[in-house]
Amino acid sequence: MIPAAFDYVRATSVEDAIRLLEQHGDDAKLLAGGHSLIPMMKLRLAAPAVLIDIAGIPQLDGIRVSGNRVTIGALTKHAALAASDDLRKNAGALYDAANDLGDPQVRNRGTIGGASAHGDPSADYPAVLQALEATFTLTGKSGRRELRAADFFRGMFDTALDPHEVLTQIAFDAAPNSAYVKFHHPASHYAVVGVAAALTLSGGKIGSARVAITGIGDSAFRASGVEAALQGVTASDEAAVRAACAGAARGVTARSDTFASASYRTAMADVFAARAVTRAASSR
Amino acid sequence: MAFTAMVGARIRRREDPRLITGRATYVDDVRQVGTVYAAFVRSPYGHAKITSIDTSAAKGDPHVLAVYTGEDLHHAHNLKASLPVAHKMPDLKTPPHYVLALDEVRVIGEAVAIVVADSPYTARDAAEKVVVEYDELPAVVDTEKAAAGPPYVHESLGTNVAFTMPFSAGDPDKAFAEADVVVKQRIVNQRVAPVPIEPRSMVANYDAGMQQLTLYSATQIPHLLRTQLAIVLGLPENKIRAIAPEVGGGFGAKLNVYAEEVVVSWVAMQLERPVKYIETRSECFQAMIHGRDQIDDLEIAAKNDGTITGLRLKITANMGAYHQLLTPVVPTLTLLMAHGCYKFENIQAEVVGVFTNTMSTDAYRGAGRPEATFFIERAIDMVAQRLKLDPADVRRKNFIANSAFPHTTATGLTYDSGDYETTMDKALALADYTGLRKRQEELRKQGRYLGIGLSTYVEVCGMGPSAAMPAAGWDSATIRIEPTGSITVLTGVSPHGQGQETTFAQIVADELGVPIDQISVIHGDTDKVQYGVGTFGSRGTAVGGAALKLAIDTIQAKAIKIAAHQWEANPDDLEYRDGKIQVKGDPSKTMSTPEAGFLAFMGDNLPPGLEPGLDATRRFEPPNFVFPFGTHICVVEVDAQSGQVEVVKYFAVDDCGRLINPMIAGGQVHGGIAQGLSQALFEEVVYDDRGQLLTGTLMDYAIPHAEQVPHYELDHTVTPTTVNPLGIKGIGEAGTIGSTPAVANAVIDALAPFGVVHIDMPLKPEKLWAAMQAKPTNGSVQ
Repeated sequence: MIPAAFDYVRATSVEDAIRLLEQHGDDAKLLAGGHSLIPMMKLRLAAPAVLIDIAGIPQLDGIRVSGNRVTIGALTKHAALAASDDLRKNAGALYDAANDLGDPQVRNRGTIGGASAHGDPSADYPAVLQALEATFTLTGKSGRRELRAADFFRGMFDTALDPHEVLTQIAFDAAPNSAYVKFHHPASHYAVVGVAAALTLSGGKIGSARVAITGIGDSAFRASGVEAALQGVTASDEAAVRAACAGAARGVTARSDTFASASYRTAMADVFAARAVTRAASSR
Repeated sequence: MAFTAMVGARIRRREDPRLITGRATYVDDVRQVGTVYAAFVRSPYGHAKITSIDTSAAKGDPHVLAVYTGEDLHHAHNLKASLPVAHKMPDLKTPPHYVLALDEVRVIGEAVAIVVADSPYTARDAAEKVVVEYDELPAVVDTEKAAAGPPYVHESLGTNVAFTMPFSAGDPDKAFAEADVVVKQRIVNQRVAPVPIEPRSMVANYDAGMQQLTLYSATQIPHLLRTQLAIVLGLPENKIRAIAPEVGGGFGAKLNVYAEEVVVSWVAMQLERPVKYIETRSECFQAMIHGRDQIDDLEIAAKNDGTITGLRLKITANMGAYHQLLTPVVPTLTLLMAHGCYKFENIQAEVVGVFTNTMSTDAYRGAGRPEATFFIERAIDMVAQRLKLDPADVRRKNFIANSAFPHTTATGLTYDSGDYETTMDKALALADYTGLRKRQEELRKQGRYLGIGLSTYVEVCGMGPSAAMPAAGWDSATIRIEPTGSITVLTGVSPHGQGQETTFAQIVADELGVPIDQISVIHGDTDKVQYGVGTFGSRGTAVGGAALKLAIDTIQAKAIKIAAHQWEANPDDLEYRDGKIQVKGDPSKTMSTPEAGFLAFMGDNLPPGLEPGLDATRRFEPPNFVFPFGTHICVVEVDAQSGQVEVVKYFAVDDCGRLINPMIAGGQVHGGIAQGLSQALFEEVVYDDRGQLLTGTLMDYAIPHAEQVPHYELDHTVTPTTVNPLGIKGIGEAGTIGSTPAVANAVIDALAPFGVVHIDMPLKPEKLWAAMQAKPTNGSVQ
């Protein structure tokens, strides 16, 4: 697989990356781990004229837990997330997703920021980060701005990231009762359906629930009806959880492909939502 | 010295150190000074007229050396030949298959032009500068629609039907009239892609001084490729050298003569430069042959006790747009094996080959036999289900009895040897079949759906007697005892993963009494190795190894004459024992093969009339095919909520006669099961109605990752054959043939409480989930 010709420059800092983005205009793309962008370039579905490599920018990676707040540098690799005990305790959903994503090569090179900025409608993180109500920090020439996950992911391969901005950090409050479960596509291993759930529990009952679903529509979405129905449900009551998760993808226009039809995807949203809730409620 | 038998030992593959450490030479590792790189311009349509091709922009690219279109090849340069199809069918329609499309494209990915540039990257960029204008034509991809009428893939034929072959044996009408039950089912054996790790790869070089063309190609058949290149290019065969270096997976897909091999060779001759072409994975999906793609409409007649009495069968085979080397032969093999391992005599059948706007189908691991095994093994299960009998009992009732071998079937094959019942019993015991059935009952009551699938296969391989092959079926071996005692083996087969560098050395080590590391096995180079037919149809050891045994016999006979002369003995009084020559029954004095070889080299003390040198070239013409068999048992659990399948256990008891190296045989079974299981559960090539390929990347087309295949528990029985002097049968395809129905039978067995009789492959979760929406019976709960 042979990509079209492109130029390559290496950014030394976030400021340098922003300067290079402005210099090269819309034909430039940021390169982090490269495990989303480069496959598309090899298929010539993407042909940026310039790649600005940000992988070497210092201090953009790492997982920090401070009190109840978890902050993750955009260049943190999936493998680091997958191996983080802090994350397992404080954000099981993200820990699950990182462990269930790609293959060892992808996990060892790909980054949370790169995968998020790609906006793939079947990617895992958009669901997880919406369920965690994460905040995205975008850095541009005029400084930093912060966006909620729900506002960051806009559609198929479409995010709120401006062409001259760099996604630098993702932060969220700890969610010890959270989980992510996924129905793998047998070829791509992307999510046919992926569901992230983050719960608060009180005496075995669900207080609040945040449930987000990927793989079904053009973008990951919050299943607000399910979230409401889960309030007060006894988490160990599988039948009640399943009942509350019915219609998880109601109102969403589901996609079809050679593996799974829209109606099947929609039905599986219910099944995997219930599994995600059950897993989130179990101790980790 | 104690003699250690190599044959039968689990010797580690001698090939592996270089393969594992990256020291092996595949085609892309062949680096020649001055190499230039080819890229092909390919059709983006399933069916279209080419209205114009503008190569000027590409030719103007400073990196480009040349651009050629079909027009250039056919008219300016007089390369008019069509690609070969090997067959013996009198009425086969054979439309021309040009190496570059002339004025019409009939399948997506068909090569339209070749661009040669100074790097793979500039070649690919320049290919995008070739402007081809098309008028899209109506396409047909559905086999039955294509068989019924227009649009026609080849308008001039006035039909899409390439051939029709009727067949009848016994009295099928009587069998059906007297049947207690008749099971009727349409079974689709879906199209699959071979997906070798190494795609099609080639480097051609032309030595203008020597007028010699050398083609390195990832092929299974270097000699047959050379012959066909000579015919298509109009070159003397002795001016072509074909080399198959390491080949990264063939599975039958590299048992072919591809347009790209011809074009790249021809371009190398024009440019007098080495030309390299390594196809991309996307091109491999489009333009490498596909496998299977048959619709098998069957009716099976049975008695209430499960006795099968007759089969009516229509095989409708999707051939693709053109014939490749063996395209029409494959579905005829399905008919030949329609019996499976069962003794019924009454068959009425028809095979229809149909052109469509898709890539050619051709030999893919099993080549026609997996389709037969699939439908007959499914049919047995359907009969058992209908009659409420155990599927193992129905098989047992219908097996060809041990006393019946050699057994001539209604389709005209003579099965050499078999012991189907012993093999099945061993598998049933290994799997604890009775226990599994009990467990299945218990789990059903909990709303969990375990499925147990049997497949008792027999297959035809060791291809094959020349009279029964589209081209020669023999193979060859040369053994040379070198002056310093090492032994060189040249084999006419062309192993590409089957391990004959190890197994052939094991045979020679035992027979000629030398350590295995003094034996070198050379293959895959037409300038080094005498003509051989190649590696396919599980023939490498069954035919090539048999030729090796003949060469051993010749070496031993000559070495005995040399020893007899030295010892002033009568050759008739000497024998080979434990790899050395001795007086019969007297091991006190011996001569080794290398000692005899050294005397033969010195030449100064040989019996009168005996030529110097100790070497032999022999050819083996198989008197029959061989028929390995076995029982595979697959255990799955299907999740009622999602339809997802977990393969819980897998057992295989195979019988390929005498085993040279059980580890290598087991490896072949492992790989075969993975591919067969993958067809059952995951794989499917899908074109849309316009002939666009919807499964053209590994993001869409599923082949299993390690975690998607189970642990395999293997065992074997040994029923030798008398077809060849080694007593061995092929094992390369058996795993693929046996596994697909075992997995499908397991999944469908799991869904029996939902009234499911049959579901076509791939057994995707969605299909199973849909079937499980019915209310379960048999005491199950949902």
